[in-house]
Amino acid sequence: MTFLEIVFYVFSAVLVGSSLLVVTVRNPVRAALFLVLAFFSAACLWLTLEAEFLAITLVLVYVGAVMVLFLFVIMMLDIDIAQMRAGFANYLPLGLIVALIMAGELILVMLSGEFGDTQLPRPVGHDADYSNTEALGKVVYTDYVYTFELAAVILLVAIIAAISLTLRRRPETRYQAPEEQVKVRKEDRIRIVKMPPRPEEKP
Amino acid sequence: MIPLSHYLIVGALLFAISVVGIFLNRKNLVIILMAIELLLLAANMNFVAFSHYLEDLSGQVFVFFVLTVAAAEAAIGLAILIVLFRTRRSINVQDLDRLKG
Repeated sequence: MTFLEIVFYVFSAVLVGSSLLVVTVRNPVRAALFLVLAFFSAACLWLTLEAEFLAITLVLVYVGAVMVLFLFVIMMLDIDIAQMRAGFANYLPLGLIVALIMAGELILVMLSGEFGDTQLPRPVGHDADYSNTEALGKVVYTDYVYTFELAAVILLVAIIAAISLTLRRRPETRYQAPEEQVKVRKEDRIRIVKMPPRPEEKP
Repeated sequence: MIPLSHYLIVGALLFAISVVGIFLNRKNLVIILMAIELLLLAANMNFVAFSHYLEDLSGQVFVFFVLTVAAAEAAIGLAILIVLFRTRRSINVQDLDRLKG
């Protein structure tokens, strides 16, 4: 067994085990933390496939941003865990049957010999001076440039949608009204009073 | 060496686990969103594995876009979840029957 194989099987086991815990664990915060572990070990698996840029992106974007968002939302919601677990056992048999059939079929297809070592041997891999980020960038900014810009638009839409959905105007909070502030004229605010000058003070 | 099928089997197991997660956590919308993230991760795993074994970078470009869309989906999904919790005080899927005729 080579070092690469050991790494692959260890991280695969961690990935499958932690994703099992994500869907079965009682506490949503723990589920989110196990999802972090699953993403992290998936990133390590991608490193063995020489997809370095995507592995780092997965850690930065998912572990760093999306999972923190999940944790924030879980902590903001005041949810009753016990009530949430009701019916867990009712759905277990059906879910297990569906999952077993699906996984069995997929594994049957994958072990059929089409994807074995002889049909699709593992490539030797690139030299140490090969940059995955550079190669990916060359493809993304030439062949897929319109798709790339479309992805940027999708992110913008997501920002606007998330903010406009969650923005809440509380009636009791006081806000500035800039348009009213701009409309103010001098005559509305200041009244000039004519009055005699101060009488002479006696020495 | 590790054959391609082993990577694909890891992806298939992840896929099955996340589908069973959607089945089991019918009361908890947050876990369902997490299961969807796992589902996309399983698809991405296959993309990256095929990209390496076929020596074609297009698979990795696809993963890049899937990650973008998944991040947007998570952000909007969680925003909808918060709005939902504000109005119904619940994230149970069975409570979401307001659109029922």
